[in-house]
Amino acid sequence: MNVSSVKGSMSISSSTSTWKAGDTISDQFPAGLRVLVVDDDPTCLMILEKMLIACLYKVTKCNRAETALSKLRENKNGYDIVLSDVHMPDMDGFKLLEHIGLEMDLPVIMMSADDGKQVVMKGVTHGACDYLIKPVRIEALKNIWQHVVRKRKNEWKEFEQSGSVEEGDRQPKQSDDADYSSSANEGNWKGSKRRKDEEEETDERDDTSTLKKPRVVWSVELHQQFVAAVNQLGIDKAVPKKILELMNVPGLTRENVASHLQKYRLYLRRLSGVSQHQSNLSTIISAQDPTFGSLSSLSGLDLQTLAATGQLPAQSLARLQAAGLGRATAKSAIPITLVDQRNIFSFENPKLRFGEGQQQHMTNKQQVNLLHGIPTTMEPKQLVSLRHAAQSVGNMNMQVPPHGPQSSQNNPLLMQMGQQQQQQQSRGQILVDSTINHAPRLSSMGQPILSNGMATNVSSRSGIPENIRAPGYSQTPSMLNFPMNHASELPGNCFPLGSTPGVSNLTSKGAFQEDVNSEIKGSGGFMPSYDVFNDLNQHKPQSWELQNVGIAFDSSQHSNSLQGNLDLTQSALGQQGFSSGQMNGHNRSAAVASKAMFSTGDVKELRSAQNVNQHLNNLLVDNTIRVKSERVCDTSPANIFPDHFGQDDLMSALLKQQESVASSENEFDFDGYSMNNIPV
Amino acid sequence: MESKHVHEQIAAMRQSFFNEEVLNENFSQLEQLEGKDNPNFVEEVFTMYLRDSIAFLETIEEAMKTIPIDSIKMDSILHQLKGSSASVGANKVLKEVNKTRQVLGKGNLERTKASILELRKEYDSFKAKLEPYFQLKQANSVAQEK
Repeated sequence: MNVSSVKGSMSISSSTSTWKAGDTISDQFPAGLRVLVVDDDPTCLMILEKMLIACLYKVTKCNRAETALSKLRENKNGYDIVLSDVHMPDMDGFKLLEHIGLEMDLPVIMMSADDGKQVVMKGVTHGACDYLIKPVRIEALKNIWQHVVRKRKNEWKEFEQSGSVEEGDRQPKQSDDADYSSSANEGNWKGSKRRKDEEEETDERDDTSTLKKPRVVWSVELHQQFVAAVNQLGIDKAVPKKILELMNVPGLTRENVASHLQKYRLYLRRLSGVSQHQSNLSTIISAQDPTFGSLSSLSGLDLQTLAATGQLPAQSLARLQAAGLGRATAKSAIPITLVDQRNIFSFENPKLRFGEGQQQHMTNKQQVNLLHGIPTTMEPKQLVSLRHAAQSVGNMNMQVPPHGPQSSQNNPLLMQMGQQQQQQQSRGQILVDSTINHAPRLSSMGQPILSNGMATNVSSRSGIPENIRAPGYSQTPSMLNFPMNHASELPGNCFPLGSTPGVSNLTSKGAFQEDVNSEIKGSGGFMPSYDVFNDLNQHKPQSWELQNVGIAFDSSQHSNSLQGNLDLTQSALGQQGFSSGQMNGHNRSAAVASKAMFSTGDVKELRSAQNVNQHLNNLLVDNTIRVKSERVCDTSPANIFPDHFGQDDLMSALLKQQESVASSENEFDFDGYSMNNIPV
Repeated sequence: MESKHVHEQIAAMRQSFFNEEVLNENFSQLEQLEGKDNPNFVEEVFTMYLRDSIAFLETIEEAMKTIPIDSIKMDSILHQLKGSSASVGANKVLKEVNKTRQVLGKGNLERTKASILELRKEYDSFKAKLEPYFQLKQANSVAQEK
């Protein structure tokens, strides 16, 4: 195939296809489209094959996922699109979808006789570009070529811009690994990338690897800038050229950005894949009524914090929730997070609508990790700690429902919370959505977004292109408040830690931030690359911070040693002092969150610290609600939360925050409670 | 003429399937896929379908005998049956499959058993109707070629 680095698409993929080499888009297009169809049911397979042939496509059929994968691997550019059934005996259709997305990045259409919302949602979140309900009609098949064109178009854009088509953009996975092995992003990405390494694709590299350009080291700062740019543009619209422009880094080429973007996407996908499995968000979400989603965005954290402070009247909370709900409905992704949130926070306070809802959900639902993608195994524990914290703090009603070790879930919540605070729920939702959809691993996603949000100081969230991911950035400030209760929420996805640009307010939390930072770093298990975040944290609201958090969570997930994480995070937190303020809010929450996440049974202090971290994370994500709470935190001068946030500390921090926060962002209109009113 | 007569007979049979809702529009879709180069496409599909679905049904019936019943496995098989039945246009069979899944989901063992019996009956009836139809078609096309 003469395909240039572009994935076989444009035309040229030669091989046996009817397409002529060198044609960009054959005149016959979409005739000759090379389709691989996978279905274990022979009847359906036969019918589909017939239909596809009738559409003038070139069809290859398999009845097993493994066969399909090997076919794809041996002939990377041999196919344009894949149609796969969801229920297959040897491999789950979604898993196959993930593999294809990561290894070959081909458009995949899922099919199933099942038209339940959950399943469809799962397909969407796993990256399917379409979902067809059986019985599949030929009319539906006649249009599948659009997905190929769309994908190609996006790829071409990048290529053309960079001028070097051969860039490994196409196979970012493969070449990237080699290229970026040493850069800072190695930490997380590498991990995920490595996964890809194992893949056979290496042979594919011939095209791309030949063109290696001088290595660019993606430092944490650079990455943060990158993430911020991506968030701003929206993950779907983020094209290297624009990212490059936004980043405005001299000497950086479009190709550098393009390949980095590829890796990033894969990483996100990986996270989402992991988190999805773990948290089963999709199921939960689909089950959830969209309205809930909005609630979630409010994320229990926010509400809790509010509740915790006691200042927030139930009404306001309810309002927030309603607001959240209202907005959340917009996003499907949010529902996922909502669910998580609910699970995570069980509001004891009957007054809180949200809480109640959550409680119910929480108990019923799986522990949706708030931290989407972030292995927050700690959740349940953290929640517990949060709870404790809450209680001690001052009658905080926040109950943190024990989450299962689903870190991924947390993120969503965090996201939601953060989102809401900041922006209108829609925004938050976007974040959530993005996090959820794009890569449940919020860690990657969250970061950029969070940072954005944070930077603006919670209110700034609006500025953040949250759409994509940043669900929780700005929130962190509020998170700090929550940390006590929400700890669990913070973890994972919301990388509020890093990103808290907006957190500046939070910075006052200082202590938290440090924690957060340290967390990030501390998470020892986390990718080392995140150390850079500490620096970044201070100022880079970008998602990196979140990443750290995410990473931490990831680690926690893997190791599931909450304790260990805690320690790490704590130490990490301690180390980092969020000086930058941005991080403060976020970091704190992140730190707290992470701590919370990790603290499986730590002392309250730890927990609270963690919670804070988590909150930070969550905050980042949630922004909206959290922002409010965060504000409170923010305002208080740094070090409100020392590494070990004792309840008292948290309490005071919260109060302070509230006061300070009151003014800050939060578009939300927490009429009911303005932080300011909260008496310290 | 005999051929015309048979032709009409086939058409009448086919129409009756639609009237009775034994078949739905997906069947028509399959028919449209048939062409000169694959004149027996629909029949092939149906042969495959009947063969696979009987295997499914037998597996389900066996599964019902074990205690406790493996409802997850059963649901998975029913799901597959649903997909293939829907694809070929076996309307009534599809309805029974859906009903059975629902009842199974609720956990009512007795009703599930009854539903499976109904499903089996519907399947047998479907087979009994479609097979002669295809045979007639086949015979007719052969006759027409002569």
